Amino acid sequence: MATFRWTFWKVVLAFVLLAGAVATVLRFSEGLGATTNLSDAFPWGLWIGFDVMCGVMLAAGGFTLTATVYIFNLKKFKPIVRPTVLTAFLGYLLVVIALLFDLGRGYRIWHPLVMWNPRSVMFEVAWCVTLYTMVLALEFAPIIFERLRLEKLLRIQRAISIPLVIAGVMLSTLHQSSLGSLYLIVPGKLHPFWYTPLLPLLFFVSAICVGLAMTIFESSMSARHFGKQLEMPLLIRLGRALLVGLIVYSVLRFQDVFDRGALKLITRGGWESGLFLLEIAMGLVAPIVLLIFPKVRESSGGLYISSVLVVLGFVTNRMNVAITGMEASAGVHYFPKWTELAVTASIIGAGFGIFAAAVKYLPIFVAEEAHPASAERREPELAVLSHARL
Amino acid sequence: MSKGILYDATLCIDCKLCERACAEKHGLPYNEAIAAEEKQSAHKLTVVMDKGDKYMRRLCMNCQDPTCASVCPVAALRKTAEGPVTYDASRCIGCRYCMLACPFSVPKYQWNTALPLVQKCDMCADRVAQGLPTACAAACPTGATKFGDRDALIAEAQDRIAKNPEQYVHHIYGLTEVGGTSVLLLSSVPFEEFGYPVHVDNQPLPMLTWHVLSELPQVVTFGAALLGGIWWITSRRQAVAAAEAKSGD
Repeated sequence: MATFRWTFWKVVLAFVLLAGAVATVLRFSEGLGATTNLSDAFPWGLWIGFDVMCGVMLAAGGFTLTATVYIFNLKKFKPIVRPTVLTAFLGYLLVVIALLFDLGRGYRIWHPLVMWNPRSVMFEVAWCVTLYTMVLALEFAPIIFERLRLEKLLRIQRAISIPLVIAGVMLSTLHQSSLGSLYLIVPGKLHPFWYTPLLPLLFFVSAICVGLAMTIFESSMSARHFGKQLEMPLLIRLGRALLVGLIVYSVLRFQDVFDRGALKLITRGGWESGLFLLEIAMGLVAPIVLLIFPKVRESSGGLYISSVLVVLGFVTNRMNVAITGMEASAGVHYFPKWTELAVTASIIGAGFGIFAAAVKYLPIFVAEEAHPASAERREPELAVLSHARL
Repeated sequence: MSKGILYDATLCIDCKLCERACAEKHGLPYNEAIAAEEKQSAHKLTVVMDKGDKYMRRLCMNCQDPTCASVCPVAALRKTAEGPVTYDASRCIGCRYCMLACPFSVPKYQWNTALPLVQKCDMCADRVAQGLPTACAAACPTGATKFGDRDALIAEAQDRIAKNPEQYVHHIYGLTEVGGTSVLLLSSVPFEEFGYPVHVDNQPLPMLTWHVLSELPQVVTFGAALLGGIWWITSRRQAVAAAEAKSGD
């Protein structure tokens, strides 16, 4: 094995993790008041708005892709199932870690599992996160089993893989949409740009868009850093699906803000209008305009830029719902404290670090199923591919 | 019979005895500095605000169908039959969804402790269960804060407005707001001047999330069946294609 060498990004990561460690000690010894800019007027901040809301959204590639490959049988996409499932699994684990920071009494995080309140969206979210993290662990398990050559466990996993995928898709559908439903209860507090009865639907459709965009993004990133990426025809198809998703979302979104009479509020200007326009321009208008041109849609650079815009645009959307849109009614302006930023940055950094380590030590990027035990039940992939169209 | 509190701001003299009684009842500190605080907080569950010679109390409205109780993932907040909305600290995970969701922004948080809890007025649930009035009502020297049966208090409030129409805003705050609250307010100045939200829905807010949540069992059943069906078709098609490929060899 090569000896350890400091690179620029490793130095950055070390610095971030160090700041995060200090922030962690402060958070758990001093409490939330001393280490966050949260208050009675503004009880949810960066850790919910970014770590939880965006973390779950960015993990959406997991269910989008497992459904594509295992339910719709588009086996061509199989090579990217593993990296996306890994991303989703890490994403959910990190969301749980972020929750432990944000909850006043994180050691009671299991309470919703035994103390029920089925009328609560948060109760549903708690159950979905728990169950879906378990599903993702089981979906990821074969990679570990392969590495350790546990044939029997592999066979068991294969037998339940389809019900597992269906459970994962259903749990994700509920969970992605219910993050939007969380805000249905604050009609008087959330700014009309973002408050709509359609919140659950909008969150679900945008999660699918972001899932596709993240898959393109990850493929490009892994091409750069690990020399492994998807074939162009697959990426182009993902880009086309992303374009369709974005158009569907745009129609829903524009019709909704227009019908509710919220669109004319733009003329009032201000903080909310600016961030609303940024979200629309970055997440919808720019990528749609780019992807409409076949020349852009069929180039790896064009796809990469479009997917980054979509991800950033919808991160802005989630932050707008959780933070920007809640400020006016709260009568305060919220900006996270350094400790909040350090914890969030550390969680992201840890995510990247674990992903890189997993790619290095586990068979994440594999050209095809390299496992000998699977040879006899290898699906006739070529035959079906000629029919497959996304 | 559901109990309630009627606060009539026109009778209030800003003596703050309700604040003191509330602090004593809940084992919270009370002194001049705290008396001067004009905001509800984890150590001040009720507050008398003043604007010139006009006063207004703030306390938990103890809604008939409380938003906080509906959003709490561990059912720490509950509406009792007598009226009070209670908080079970042993269940609370500290997620603060109640604080976000409350249309009156009532629940407050212990920000400066390592293991914080939510704090709010519980309408003296233990006293009410024993048939006693709330501590604030018992302490009020002028009758501005009055405890009783909610229905009787509504009738009395309507009566007061009818007898002195020029003295009151013609609205009982809490009669219909978010489906009604156990705490009812009368005032001579518009309620929004003291920060009370006046554009709140007259329907209980929990319905907003419930009509989505109640659909979920159908979504899951239908969705799982649909996905299973699609899988069956696509895998069947694949098997047929494989068989055809084989016979073609």
